[in-house]
Formats: sequence, C-alpha cells, structure tokens
Amino acid sequence: MSLLNVQDIHVYYGSIYAIKGISFSVEEGEIVSLIGANGAGKSTTLKTISGLMRPRTGKIEFAGADITAMKAHKIVAAGLAQCPEGRRVFSRMTVQENLEMGAYTRENAEMEKSMEDVYYRFPRLKERYKQEAGTLSGGEQQMLAMGRAMMSRPKLLMLDEPSMGLAPLLVEEIFEIIGELNRSGTTVLLVEQNAQMALSISNRGYVLETGRIVISGTGDELLRDDKVRRAYLGG
Amino acid sequence: MRDKYKRIPIPVRYLINALLCAAFLVIVQSFISGGSISRYQSGILVQIGVYIIMAVSLNIATGYLGQLPLGHAGFMSIGGYSCAIFMMRLADKMGVETADLLIPGLIFGGCVTALFGLIIGIPALRLKGDYLAIVTLGFAEIIRVFMLNIDSLLGFKFTGGAGGLTGIPRYSNFLNVFISVILVCFFVHTMMKSRHGRAILAIRDNEIAAEASGVNISYYKTLAFVISAFFAGIGGGLYAGSIGVMDPTKFGFMESIEILVMVVLGGMGSMLGSISAATVITVVNQVLTSLSEYRMVIYALLLIVVMMFRPKGLFGTYDFSLSHVMERLFNRDFPKRKSKGARK
Repeated sequence: MSLLNVQDIHVYYGSIYAIKGISFSVEEGEIVSLIGANGAGKSTTLKTISGLMRPRTGKIEFAGADITAMKAHKIVAAGLAQCPEGRRVFSRMTVQENLEMGAYTRENAEMEKSMEDVYYRFPRLKERYKQEAGTLSGGEQQMLAMGRAMMSRPKLLMLDEPSMGLAPLLVEEIFEIIGELNRSGTTVLLVEQNAQMALSISNRGYVLETGRIVISGTGDELLRDDKVRRAYLGG
Repeated sequence: MRDKYKRIPIPVRYLINALLCAAFLVIVQSFISGGSISRYQSGILVQIGVYIIMAVSLNIATGYLGQLPLGHAGFMSIGGYSCAIFMMRLADKMGVETADLLIPGLIFGGCVTALFGLIIGIPALRLKGDYLAIVTLGFAEIIRVFMLNIDSLLGFKFTGGAGGLTGIPRYSNFLNVFISVILVCFFVHTMMKSRHGRAILAIRDNEIAAEASGVNISYYKTLAFVISAFFAGIGGGLYAGSIGVMDPTKFGFMESIEILVMVVLGGMGSMLGSISAATVITVVNQVLTSLSEYRMVIYALLLIVVMMFRPKGLFGTYDFSLSHVMERLFNRDFPKRKSKGARK
C-alpha cells in the first residue's frame, strides 16, 4: 500500500479551475518529484495535500487514512510535514525557537534528539542558533525551513520549491541534504521548477501542465524523455 | 558554554519579583494612608492601573497576535457596564456592601466581555488587516449606540441611557487595582512564555509557516482575541468603580485609538512598553485636561514622531527582566552574549 495516495482531485481557486483531476502515489522510502512550469498546479497540489486548500472532488489517503477533509494541523500531527514555498520562517524568533516550533505537535522529551539531528545536518544553523531568523541569508532560511519541517519527524516530507532563488552551489547543497534525508528513511515529495536537479535525485517524477499530469515515469526516464528535455531541461 | 552561565532558578525569580511588587505596594499604600499622596493623586494612580490593564490586554491581540482590532473601547464599555450592574444589583439583593462583590463582579464582567469577544472574534478573525479593523470598529460603535438607546427603546432601567449609569459605588482603589494589574500582567506573561504563547507568536510571524508546523490557527487566533477581551472587561469594571459613572459616549472611536496609541507607542509585543506608555499617556492626559481639544493633535504628532524615529515603538519587543539583569551582573567576567534584547 502506498504511503500517500492522491485520487483524482479537482481543486478550484474561487472560480478558477486549477487542478483538473490529478492522481498519483508516493511509496514509502521514495523521492517523488512534481515538475512543471509556473502555474501548472504543483504548489496547489501540495497545499491541497497538506490541508491548506480543499479539493472539490477526489480523495487523498495518507498511511491508510483518509485525510481529504482533515484540518491542516491534524495532518501535521499525523506525520505529513510541509515545508512551504518561499522560506517561510518565523522571522522574529531565533533559529532555535523556529526549530522548537517545528516540534510543536510532539512531546518535549523527543525534541532534543531531533534538534541534534537537524543541527548535525545543518551545521550552519547550529552556529547561528541564537540569531533571529529574519537576519539569516536566503539559503540559511531555506535550511531552517527544512529543518523545522524535519523537527516533526514526518513520515512524508513535502518540499515546495526548495531551490527557489538560491545560488547554484547552494542548490546543490540543498539537494544533497534532501538525498541524505531520504537515505536515512524519510520519504520525500518534491515540487520543483529546477527539473534537472529534482529528477536526478528522484525515484519517480510526474510532469504537470495546466492542472493535469501529462507524463510520468522514473527520474531517469523523464531526464531522457525528448518532450521533457525540450520543455523543461533546455534542450 | 551555556552551562557555565549562572542562572537564577525560576522559583527564586518569581519570589524576587513578588517581593518587589509587595514592597512597592506597601510603600505607596503607606503614602496614601499617611496623606503624602493626595486623593487626587491616588485617583490618577488608579486610572494609570486601569489603562495599563487596557493596554496590556490590547497588546495580546495587537502585539502578540499581530492583528489590528479597533474596538477595544467597546470591550471596556461592556466590561464596565456588566461589572457595575452585576455588583449593584447583587449587593442590593444580598444586602452587602457593593465593594465586597468586587472579585465576582470583575470575573462576571470579564466573562461577559469574553463572550462578546468570542461572538465578534469568530467572524472577524477570518478577515485580515484593514477588514478586521473595520469590523471591530463597527462593533464598538454598535455597542456605544446600543448602550445609549437600549433603555428608552425597551423601557428598561438598566444602562441609564444617554445620561449614563450613575451612582456606582467607587469600589476601585489603589490596592485592588494594583493587585489586578499584577495578576493580569503575570497571567499574560506566563501565557506568552508557554506553548500556547509560542503558537500565538508564530501566527504573528508567519501564518502559513505556523499552519505548516501544526498550529491550529483559527483556535489560537480566537483564543488570543477572547483573552484580550476578557482582560479589557476587567479593565472596564475597574474603570467603572474608579469614576462612579458609566457614560456611553466615552467609549467611542477615540477611546479605542487612545489605547492603541499606548500599545504602539510602547512597542507592539512588549509588556514593558504597554505599561510605560499607558502610564505616561494617562499622566499627560491629566496634565493636559485643560487642552483636551488639542489632545488628539498631540497624540497624532507623537505617533508620527515615534513612527519616524522608532517604528517599532519605544521598546520594540524588548521586555525588561530583572532576573536577566541580575544574571548578567553575577556573570560579569563571562563574555557578553551575542543576543541582547528580547528573550521570551
């Protein structure tokens, strides 16, 4: 049984028909990418899964339970964490306090261990644990947002455009960390515009176009696919 | 390196603060009974206490939750009327002194106000920014007009209508107002340090990130708003007992703005800021009563100057902590920590 199973969801922004029937699944231990151009519906799909938006029809199952109508905070507690687009950190809290917020749904006793784990993966955050998050650089804020999502020890971690607006070297670093996270047992659902990077670490990928999945396959297949290459990989 | 930094254990901190408060209370109280502080002056002290409660309570919704409600005077009015009417009626029935019913009266006033806070908060908090401001502003106006007209409309003798509710025993004095201020500040302080407070601050900083971290946004927004209303009701109840008259026209838009000015001037999210700004503005108001027409001009200028030179308010989010100052003194040889300022 799949960890996450999305069945034919249709999502509207008011009267705008944004997602026109998407179905896909994420198996335990995988990295799965959703790629596509601006406005294809990638972020909307993530928001719908994490409960920030509601599908008009369709069904979302997570770890065997129906989460379609569940509230966002309960979905987090169920083990599905989202790292929202655009480095949304708590800018007036310190790095440490941000991470503590990530463990909001958990017992305090378990927090210390997760904190150590996050600091181990992001040594730069440890150096700045007392600093206000708003004063961090863009890359550090992205790391903090990811670290915060990891603090809830999710079964499935959803990352929305983790490479957005970052320098190429930092992008590589972030993707390396995503790979390591996955190897240590976290399932990852990745939404990216940087298709090359995303597909190269993914087990499988789905290409979205104007609210529909147009191509799907393994990461390597998609990287070699002519249509994908022309549209998203620049040749 | 954090381990070497000597810290004062929390019970000791509370004890030190409690002793200081008690000392302050005893000193001022002895001045009052000794006659060094006149009745007029102790009246001002009571007003300061009332407005500290108003500012601290508004700060929950404005500074900590990050919303902009403009109807705090409406809550003050509800609290004042319900507390005063409850105490006067009950004292009549039971044949006791009105002042003896202060604690149940304040709790009743607070609860009625909190109920209104809940009723207005649930729909209003779905809105953001300007819209929330407009809805709460409208709500406060409705309260004002309601209190003015309800008696003549229904033939009750309840609120006293346009003439105001008169003959309220002056049950507020320095002692009970001071204790109320301490209790309110203590409660708000501990709440904001708890897990619940952290959730409220997270909503202020970034709503989407808070939701993604598993914070129940609508619950905590409503909770903060209701607690803010509850304490505003208590402030209103003490106000009624300090003036002896509830005049519905007092609780208009200008009153809400005045409380908001205190919060903004002191620094949104700083309790020290709310307390000091409430103190200064109340004193200035008393001094400038002869210039009452120009008061709003002075406020406006004051706000403009503060916003130009200190947009975060006088204290920003800084909160004074005696224990931290003492800790720093004990650890003088210790290298100074990088982050000064707000430690919540």
